[in-house]
Amino acid sequence: MAIELPPYASTGQKIWHYAYLVICGLIFFFLIAPIITIIPLSFNAENFFTFTPGMIALDPEAYSLKHYRDFFTSDDWQQALRNSLQIAPVATLLAVGLGTLAAVGLSQPHVPARRAIMAILISPMIVPLIISAAGMYFFYSRIGLQGTYVGVVLAHAALGIPFVIITVTATLVGFDQSLVRASANLGAGPVRTFFKIQMPLILPGVISGGLFAFITSFDEVVVVLFVGSAGQQTLPWQMFTGLREQISPTILAVATILVTISILLLTTVELLRRRSEKLRGMSPG
Amino acid sequence: MTDSTTGPDQVTGATPDNAIRNADRAEDGPVLAADGKPLKASLHRALRREKLRALGLIAPLLIFVLVTFIAPIADMLFRSVENQIVTETLPRTVAALDDWDGQEVPDERVFDALARDMIVAVEEKTHTRLGSRLNYETTGISSLFRQTGRDVDDVGELYADQFIELDEAWEEPMTWATLMGSEDYLSEAREWQARADEGGMFFDEMPPSFELRDGVSDVLPQTSEMFQQFARVMREQNGEAPTGEEPWNITYLTLYEDLSTYTDAADRFSGQSAELIEQAAQAVDGFETTDMRQTFLDIDEDWGSAETWGTIEAFSSPYTSGYFLAAADLQLTPDGVERQPEDQRIYGLLFKRTLFMSMVIMFSCIALGYPIAYLLSNLPMRTSNLLLILVLLPFWTSLLVRTSAWKVLLQQQGVINDVLVWIGIVGDDARLQMINNQFGTIVAMTHILLPFMILPLYSVMKTIPPSYMRAAKSLGATNFTAFRRVYFPQSIPGIGAGCILVFILSIGYYITPELVGGTTGTFISNRIAYHISTSLNWGLAAALGSILLVVVVVLYWLYDRIVGIDNVSLG
Repeated sequence: MAIELPPYASTGQKIWHYAYLVICGLIFFFLIAPIITIIPLSFNAENFFTFTPGMIALDPEAYSLKHYRDFFTSDDWQQALRNSLQIAPVATLLAVGLGTLAAVGLSQPHVPARRAIMAILISPMIVPLIISAAGMYFFYSRIGLQGTYVGVVLAHAALGIPFVIITVTATLVGFDQSLVRASANLGAGPVRTFFKIQMPLILPGVISGGLFAFITSFDEVVVVLFVGSAGQQTLPWQMFTGLREQISPTILAVATILVTISILLLTTVELLRRRSEKLRGMSPG
Repeated sequence: MTDSTTGPDQVTGATPDNAIRNADRAEDGPVLAADGKPLKASLHRALRREKLRALGLIAPLLIFVLVTFIAPIADMLFRSVENQIVTETLPRTVAALDDWDGQEVPDERVFDALARDMIVAVEEKTHTRLGSRLNYETTGISSLFRQTGRDVDDVGELYADQFIELDEAWEEPMTWATLMGSEDYLSEAREWQARADEGGMFFDEMPPSFELRDGVSDVLPQTSEMFQQFARVMREQNGEAPTGEEPWNITYLTLYEDLSTYTDAADRFSGQSAELIEQAAQAVDGFETTDMRQTFLDIDEDWGSAETWGTIEAFSSPYTSGYFLAAADLQLTPDGVERQPEDQRIYGLLFKRTLFMSMVIMFSCIALGYPIAYLLSNLPMRTSNLLLILVLLPFWTSLLVRTSAWKVLLQQQGVINDVLVWIGIVGDDARLQMINNQFGTIVAMTHILLPFMILPLYSVMKTIPPSYMRAAKSLGATNFTAFRRVYFPQSIPGIGAGCILVFILSIGYYITPELVGGTTGTFISNRIAYHISTSLNWGLAAALGSILLVVVVVLYWLYDRIVGIDNVSLG
């Protein structure tokens, strides 16, 4: 492999090789350090955003769960959490339900205007969020959905759909259509074939698409800022206002919780991906 | 017809359209299916059914996306040129301005029309909205409209007084209602009034719609038009019937004008109304009159400025390019398109800054992403998968978490400054300003977008066989030459894909510049948000958004040509 140093390497090559590894290490540090740093900072006993001398000396007195207590007792944060948990799952269900159906349709051999349809379905991912937010704000206030729960759910579902379409069509690429014909041959109707044959095989793709849709909604702030009103204040919205106005260390506690959630989600998606590749007979990555 | 859907070689085997092609090629007459129909027709039917089934599966989602997403985008594009507010609020004035020469202050006729439009607008409370709309174009119009809105009630008071002096009956709402309303309407209105008196304060039934008496509009055209407006506004705004309210002063003015023109108006009426009209028609010649233009100049002298009128005229068409011109630092003046004054040219600067900073972010992403992607693609699978997690974790972490991390780290009292002070690179009193400027935005956004560069680069580099490099070296190339002449050219598709992706994402970014950008590190999207939620200049926000959308769609089209949409990978 190109990364390994041959035994006959010159001094210059050795220096270059190690310098390269150090550079890579620094870039990895740049990627990870900001996320890691906030974790200990969230246990700060003081309302500071830096390491106090006590924390550096590992004094247990300097650490506390104070900011986590704030998060779990503050009405604003709890309401925001509740709103997020009420919006994201419904938006995900909508996106996954409609998205899977359409992905199955798109994977058929004869779809008229497939490219155009695909472009429309993927567009929510391509159009910058601020433009989507502006358009939705204008249009939803025309039809009376601006500032309502339904409006936010519809908007978030629209944003999550491209992810479902992409992941599910990707799983369907490896799907053997003769299985469907075999099932029909044995007397199963299209609905039964879908749930008994197709669904179990594409399930990993559907779940990871759903996770993408969920995280899109759960993490989304621009659209909800415009389409939502005070009644739909979600967790990211609360963080956004917190960061913009009076930055409080509770945000770090929330951030740590969210990092933990994303690690869990990342693991799930990775496991699903491997399972899906195994199912489709590809070598696990 | 069907052959265009799938080419002959795209799907091989017994698909309906391949069978159709085979049937076409058959030489000895039409092939028949088992049921005796031509095979070709049956196959066509089967193909059509298959297409319909696929479309049926896609349709729900397609409709959903069209309604929840495409319609809003179309609405935004529409709003960027829409400008119906002027014609809707000042319909008569706009019509009267048609043959204005654009130089002098318009004549009496225009001011007459303005007075009527303004009364209606004030009662419907739309004049302040129009004022703010025109204020985007010429400052000062908003306060002009507000001021006029306060005083315009009195226009025509002189005429009202004279009519009432002539006969007390002119003060009575019922006099006017019987004069103008049809018999049917009057009886309906009386019934409604009776129900209202009975119902007391909980009565919330709308009064009947006003109906004009037959023939009144022939002899008293202006008065009947004004009175209809009055009745409509009373009904819609206050839920009142005109039978219970004294008409606006301006109605007396229109009556005066009508009576001066049509001296035989009284013939149309009967009973008390006829007497009143007859009496008034004889008296109007001796009425004291006012100059409408002077009245408006007394309210606010800005009505005497050709600039005010020029603005109203320039924006009187239902569609305008004004917002797009404003987005390009131009403005529509009575003399044509001009550049904005030097100190107000901000959008060109913002677009340039957005593009410049996106470029800087893109290049930093290449500089940081390339070595990492190279390392990942050349390590053994197990190690590279482990290191890939370090790339995917930031990718999966909430955007706000990463932004808040940078906000915390880059502060003057933050971790990075503390470390620098502790090492002794900077003094405690000279802490670096790293946030709320361009530097902060670039650092934070490079961090956020770096995975979008690494992932496409990695997927391209994985496909470059390592033997090529070895071959180059065995032919005598140095490490550097082998990399430059052999490896790098093969990784260019990955760089292209990553660059366009990062660039598309960064020019539309809103959250991070808003939080760490301060005033010098903000993007065009922050301005769009400002116009939507703070200045409420929605048209300009829509125009800026449309320009941004066009840029993104062009870039996306390039991306599709180079990489293909189907290859969008999610790590």
